[in-house]
Amino acid sequence: MEDREEKERGVMAEQRGEEGESEATKENSTKGKEENGVDMKAEEEEEKQQKQQEEEDEEERGMSKQVEVTMEVSERVPGLTAGVIRGADLFGYVGIEAVLDQMRRKTMKAGFEFNIMVVGQSGLGKSTLVNTLFKSKVSRKSCTPNYEEKISKTVKLQSVSHVIEEKGVKMKLTVIDTPGFGDQINNENCWEPIVKYVNEQYEKYLKEELHVNRKRRIPDTRVHCCIYFLPATGHWLRPIDIEFMKRLGKIVSIVPVIAKADTLTIEERLEFKQRIRQDLAANGIRVYPQKEYDEDAEDRIVNDRIRESIPFAVVGTDKEHQVNGNKVLGRKTKWGIIEVENAAHCEFANLRDLLIRSHLQDLKDVTHNIHYETYRVRRLNESNMNFMSNGKAGCPNSV
Amino acid sequence: NTATTKEHREKEYVGFATLPNQVHRKSVKKGFDFTLMVAGESGLGKSTLVNSLFLTDLHKDRKLLNAEERISQTVEITKHTVDIEEKGVKLKLTIVDTPGFGDAVNNTECWRPITDYIDQQFEQYFRDESGLNRKNIQDNRVHCCLYFIPPFGHGLRPVDIEFMKALQDKVNVVPLISKADCLMPSEIKKLKERLREEIDKYGIKIYQFPDCDSDEDEEFKQQDRELKESTPFAVIGSNTVVEARGQRVRGRLYPWGIVEVENQSHCDFVKLRTMLIRTHMHDLKDITCDCHYENYRAQCIQTMTSKMNADKRVESPIPILPLSTPDVETEKLIKMKDEELRRMQQMLQKMQQQMHEQDL
Repeated sequence: MEDREEKERGVMAEQRGEEGESEATKENSTKGKEENGVDMKAEEEEEKQQKQQEEEDEEERGMSKQVEVTMEVSERVPGLTAGVIRGADLFGYVGIEAVLDQMRRKTMKAGFEFNIMVVGQSGLGKSTLVNTLFKSKVSRKSCTPNYEEKISKTVKLQSVSHVIEEKGVKMKLTVIDTPGFGDQINNENCWEPIVKYVNEQYEKYLKEELHVNRKRRIPDTRVHCCIYFLPATGHWLRPIDIEFMKRLGKIVSIVPVIAKADTLTIEERLEFKQRIRQDLAANGIRVYPQKEYDEDAEDRIVNDRIRESIPFAVVGTDKEHQVNGNKVLGRKTKWGIIEVENAAHCEFANLRDLLIRSHLQDLKDVTHNIHYETYRVRRLNESNMNFMSNGKAGCPNSV
Repeated sequence: NTATTKEHREKEYVGFATLPNQVHRKSVKKGFDFTLMVAGESGLGKSTLVNSLFLTDLHKDRKLLNAEERISQTVEITKHTVDIEEKGVKLKLTIVDTPGFGDAVNNTECWRPITDYIDQQFEQYFRDESGLNRKNIQDNRVHCCLYFIPPFGHGLRPVDIEFMKALQDKVNVVPLISKADCLMPSEIKKLKERLREEIDKYGIKIYQFPDCDSDEDEEFKQQDRELKESTPFAVIGSNTVVEARGQRVRGRLYPWGIVEVENQSHCDFVKLRTMLIRTHMHDLKDITCDCHYENYRAQCIQTMTSKMNADKRVESPIPILPLSTPDVETEKLIKMKDEELRRMQQMLQKMQQQMHEQDL
């Protein structure tokens, strides 16, 4: 069998959005992995500027490019010289770029899965933020009739799934809530149920993957992203924050946010963020996007910018008000209206763009390629050791 | 005729109606003291609020501990005293702060250092009161405890309930909703109702405003009613002065507007200040003296008498206070002091007898 690796690198020029709206240009980085014999990595990279405005943006995978096709042919085939054939030099049109369309169509049909976990003390606005992020009532509160706020005695994870659709793209969104976290007087080990849950999802996936007859598409319940809510105290991270993020940062991508940030002035916010970043570094906590997983220089530039502004200070709401003739999402107080999507007021738009518009696929990839693989390696080593110590016969892959 | 009635009235006039003025003059000379405790987790704006209330900057060189240091931190008690003078009236204000409260992962009994502190102040006052030289007793008893409830929650949290219950019989507890600028008016209303319900439900005895006398005028009664209906107060504090509506006021500057601390439609800061300083300071002190301290004293004496009966000790009119952690050294000291007191007692008795004989 010929081992051919095709590497396509597309450098895209700008293209306007489908609706022909104003210069909304986004960065979109998609990496997909197809489950069939041929492993093909298609990288679509777009470099666009990101402008934050109040628009009704949707998830677009807008692209079009000037393709430079590089073909690397394996050395096993003698007589062939490797070289770069530029698209302009091809005689006639080969149609390689149509592969991108095929891939897009396939993934759109199959739909996406995204599992997001929200962690934080009661009353920090977790459910409201999730509803605001996905512009629908997807939180646990909105789904339980006669919901009453009560502090539960233990940490019980609850997950709610919805299928939301936008422009023909379907997404199965699962929100995992953690009521009871950090609410008790003694919060020791309140993170354990969460660690257990995350590992259980990895275990489920691993079992499926190791089956002899396994499904074409393994149902993915692994936690792709964990949003950790920090109360806006303005001081430092609290011991419980450090304990939680230390442990979970190793197994899942954590995105810390400052909740209910409308109680901090801009200066206080900057100082607070700086102190948090110092605290995180001092304790060796790695939050998303992790520096060591930056794939190349472009990624690093984008991610560096993000790393300099985390944790995002967010405010969430589902109420709309009229401001200057426009309908905006906001919180109305006696001294003004806090506009949630206004970048000068809070960083909700940054968070939304990070989570949904630019790094959603990356979050999934990091979970699959890094966190899951770490878990898998650990488990397989464990079972190998058991296998060797017990002298069991049989397939070493049976877990 | 009018002359005679006037004369008549003057003859009937004794003149003790001037007593309040005399008291007033003496108190102004003597000055007042007031001890206020603030409790709540870090980052709820306690220090800022205290600064705003008393227009001082009590915590200028405060160092915020980072999380490493705070992991092993226990609850401390710190005291700051400041003398404030206004229109010739002196106030010696002591602020007792409780850093570390509620900050750890495991906060079991984190109020213990606080209740211990309050008890110690009572104990010290008890000793002083029962001592021989009572001229310059220092009153360090805590007159009021402001408890800061975070605005993030949906009501009372377990730690709030436990704390207030532990302190309700020792000090006047005034719960506050802190950092109220992150709540919309409807949310504040809901939270206040919820808190009042839960305080009732759990039987927490917070400080109650006394009912105003029936002969007060309507305006005062109306004010009083409004005050009572807006508890717990939702407060905002500020260390900075901003310009709002052409004036320089204490406030917080946000991109979406300016919060004015002293604007009654923004928060209840003015109500708190009025209540704490302008109208109810004396009442807070009275209740501390008449209620909380007396309870402590009665309890103390009871334990002592039962202990004495158990020990069958020689009865001494000067109470010997049981220490919380008795050790050999202090026991010795106490015994020595006991002896001294007894000797002095005997001397006094002798002197009294002599005087009595002289009179006869």
